[in-house]
Amino acid sequence: MDFKDLVFYGLAAILLLAGLRVITSRNPVHSALSLVLAFFTAAGLWLLLQAEFLAITLVLVYIGAVMVLFMFVVMMLDINTEEMRRGFWSYLPAGLLVGGLMVAEMLLVLRAGDWDLPEPAALSAGYSNTKALGRLLYTEYVYAFELAAVLLLVAMIAAIVLTHRKRSGNKQMQAGLQVKVRREDRIRLVNLKPQKPETGSDTDAGG
Amino acid sequence: MHYLILGSILFAISVVGIFLNRKNVLILLMAIELMLLAVNINFVAFSAYLNDMAGQVFVFFILTVAAAEAAIGLAILVALFRNLKSINVEDLDGLKG
Repeated sequence: MDFKDLVFYGLAAILLLAGLRVITSRNPVHSALSLVLAFFTAAGLWLLLQAEFLAITLVLVYIGAVMVLFMFVVMMLDINTEEMRRGFWSYLPAGLLVGGLMVAEMLLVLRAGDWDLPEPAALSAGYSNTKALGRLLYTEYVYAFELAAVLLLVAMIAAIVLTHRKRSGNKQMQAGLQVKVRREDRIRLVNLKPQKPETGSDTDAGG
Repeated sequence: MHYLILGSILFAISVVGIFLNRKNVLILLMAIELMLLAVNINFVAFSAYLNDMAGQVFVFFILTVAAAEAAIGLAILVALFRNLKSINVEDLDGLKG
């Protein structure tokens, strides 16, 4: 067992413990923090698999953006966790049954096949994972890439629309009414008779 | 192969989490994120061992979709909490008629 295996087993243990903490912790804030730990550990595992770009993306995008969003929502909502945890452990048997069954099935499948894949070859010194990924992304998968961009735009608009709230009582311009206005609505012509300047004592008194 | 076992155990943990926390929508969303992470670990492991970059490209797209899903899910959650003052799944029976 060399150093790489040791690192793998350590990271895997931390990842599984963090996963268990996510689903069993009493406080949603602790769950979210455990999830951050799980993502960070997974990023370490991906580094071990020589997927540097994705590991850094996981840290930046997931821990930096998505989990911060989660933390915001967790702290913004005033949740009664005690009431929500009623009957928490009564679901454990069913959950363990399904989960254990899935692991057992996966183990059976993995045992049945021939999985003696060679260790990934050591890459040459000048190899750049980011460059290779970028080249593939912008040539072969460029349509999927653009589709993903559109998807993110749609998600952004959807999130804004869902959480946007009309405030009552604020004054705002109504562009439709402003455009619709006609000259007659705003200007009134008053027919004034021409007046002579008054001559007499009051102009002198004013001066 | 160890990576695949790790991925399957992590996936099973999040399935158990969905069973355990079936009242709290927030933890359900977190369990879904954990599931996607497990799947991504499998993808990256296959990509490294088969020496094929397509797996990593796919993980990239999964990350994109997962980020969009998390954003919309949390937005729905906030809108829901504003209306119901609760995120308990059992209170969400408005469509039952």
